Amino acid sequence: MNLEELKKIREKAQKDVELRQKQARIRIVVGMGTSGIAAGARDVLKTLLEEIGRRNLTDVIVTQTGEKGLASQEPLVEVYEEGKPLVVYGNINQERAKRLVVEHVVNGNPVTEFALEVM
Amino acid sequence: MMDEISSHIIDIVANSVTAKATYISIDIEKDTQRNLLSIHIKDNGVGMDRETKEKVLDPFYTTKKGKKVGLGVPLLKGTAETTGGTFRLSSVVGQGTEIFATFDLSHPDLPPLGNIRDTMLVLVVGNPETDFRFSLKVDSRQFVLDTQEIKLLLEEVPINHPEVITFLGKYIDENM
Repeated sequence: MNLEELKKIREKAQKDVELRQKQARIRIVVGMGTSGIAAGARDVLKTLLEEIGRRNLTDVIVTQTGEKGLASQEPLVEVYEEGKPLVVYGNINQERAKRLVVEHVVNGNPVTEFALEVM
Repeated sequence: MMDEISSHIIDIVANSVTAKATYISIDIEKDTQRNLLSIHIKDNGVGMDRETKEKVLDPFYTTKKGKKVGLGVPLLKGTAETTGGTFRLSSVVGQGTEIFATFDLSHPDLPPLGNIRDTMLVLVVGNPETDFRFSLKVDSRQFVLDTQEIKLLLEEVPINHPEVITFLGKYIDENM
């Protein structure tokens, strides 16, 4: 496997890039401040990225942010969706991250079980 | 204390991103002959004056409200210095910040290097606007991941595109 293979991906991906540039349907933000990292945010972010990749969810973007001031509930994950309330999830682990992708991102049902806030 | 050296790296890089760095280089070198692990992180962010530099080294200052910098710097300094290593921070306003830490590989309290593969992936894809150059050198073997090179090949396709994420994971697995 070498970097040249990226050219093939590029050719294939160019179509959905146009769509994505207009507006990503969902933006997932993981808190990666000191306390988040210490609580396992890296594994959560990695799991989210892998799930997005595996399911080829081209309209979803995953990014990271710094401290959120809710250290006791880390790792924190926020899900922003156009036209819907923001959902903040707490105490997320890899297993919960997978459920979040399936239930919230794919099926459109926020996982109330570990939602801290809906705003 | 962080459980892994790689967690320290993620934390320090978060500071660089906050400091508006557009380019961050991360060099990790493990030299078993010399019994040395070294971490060198350099960014082209806004940099710090002397006063700010002193403040980021002070763990009590950084817990204040409205902080821009986490506990990353004092924690890394602590880990380096309590495990027989060294720590150096230099910064120039308008040019960037550089952190260099070394660790004694045989020190019993040295945390494991941790999962460098996931660390690279998460930083590169989680900060799509920032360019990274990672180098992992273990004795004579070196692996480099350079996002400028990757983005050049990708043209307008973003580095956080699902297929690119999957590719990068496999690419690091096969080549690191």
